Amino acid sequence: MEQFIEWIKQPWPWWIAGPMIGLIVPTLLIVGGKAFGISSSLRHVCAMCVPANIPFFTYDWKKELWNIAFVIGVTIGGFIGHYLLANPEMIEVAESTQRDLAALGITDYRSIMPHEIFNWENLFTAKGLLFFVIGGFLVGFGTRYAGGCTSGHAIMGISSLQWPSVVATIFFMAGGFLMTQVFLGPLMKLVGF
Amino acid sequence: MGTAVKKGEKPNAGITPNKEQKGESPLELLMYLIIGVGFGIIFIKAEIVSWFRIQEMFRLQSFFMYGVIGSAVVVGALSIQIIKWFNIKTIKGDKIIILDKEFRKGQMIGGFIFGLGWALTGACPGPLFAQIGSGFTVILVTLISAVAGTWVYGRFSDKLPN
Repeated sequence: MEQFIEWIKQPWPWWIAGPMIGLIVPTLLIVGGKAFGISSSLRHVCAMCVPANIPFFTYDWKKELWNIAFVIGVTIGGFIGHYLLANPEMIEVAESTQRDLAALGITDYRSIMPHEIFNWENLFTAKGLLFFVIGGFLVGFGTRYAGGCTSGHAIMGISSLQWPSVVATIFFMAGGFLMTQVFLGPLMKLVGF
Repeated sequence: MGTAVKKGEKPNAGITPNKEQKGESPLELLMYLIIGVGFGIIFIKAEIVSWFRIQEMFRLQSFFMYGVIGSAVVVGALSIQIIKWFNIKTIKGDKIIILDKEFRKGQMIGGFIFGLGWALTGACPGPLFAQIGSGFTVILVTLISAVAGTWVYGRFSDKLPN
């Protein structure tokens, strides 16, 4: 058992993680005919808390609570994965990426996220504005505009052979490449990295 | 939500086509929560919620994320074919139907906007939750901002090109 726990604490390779994520598709379909999708949960939160008579948010969100239960579960899973099954080593990142990030001032590999960016001290600074407020807004606005995120389009959509999901995924990647390769460096300089 | 969402339309029209869809009982909700827990653990253990992994992906410096997403799609697609082939029902005995997504301009414009945010936050919506659980509580701010972004889209959706 101890050996098993030791083994499970190691970071999992892609060929284990990917297929396990793929299996979420049939699991949700068979459990309740649900299509895998996570960004909808953000919409349900709007519908629950601030529907403001907007047609887009006035629907019976109680029927969608499964999606909220699911993301609460993901949060708990994040807690368990990090605190009970923590990888004792530093995160291994490609050397070329480490070099690129060092040039941007990111060198802390103790956690899955760089502490230089993701900490409370940055909240009311330009760094926090860029990475938390603007970043989050783009994710929420963009996914809803696109009608889904990586789970709903890239995984569920492409798995069920929906060509609009292929288009959406191509544009997800295009936005990500452009931000990373062109804007991220100058933006990080601008906010003080 | 593949179809253009019109006024008063069910939010899941187009993806969860269950007729007479009812809300879930507390026990069923617990089941979804447990599935979510498993998913959150995978997220953390495979480090796919890591900002670093997303950087590697968008810098084309590691195959890891491509392997994860690619193999997830292959397994998902095979599973759906098996479900269709054997006409597998839900555990309640309902037929599993996956409706087609309709193409909209939003999938390009919105998709592109999401991509910009994905590279900044290092997270799509699912990983946001797992990042918060893993102790980066400041990501709560990102999450609230994402909810705000969703709200703003909903508020102005009829004025945006769709």
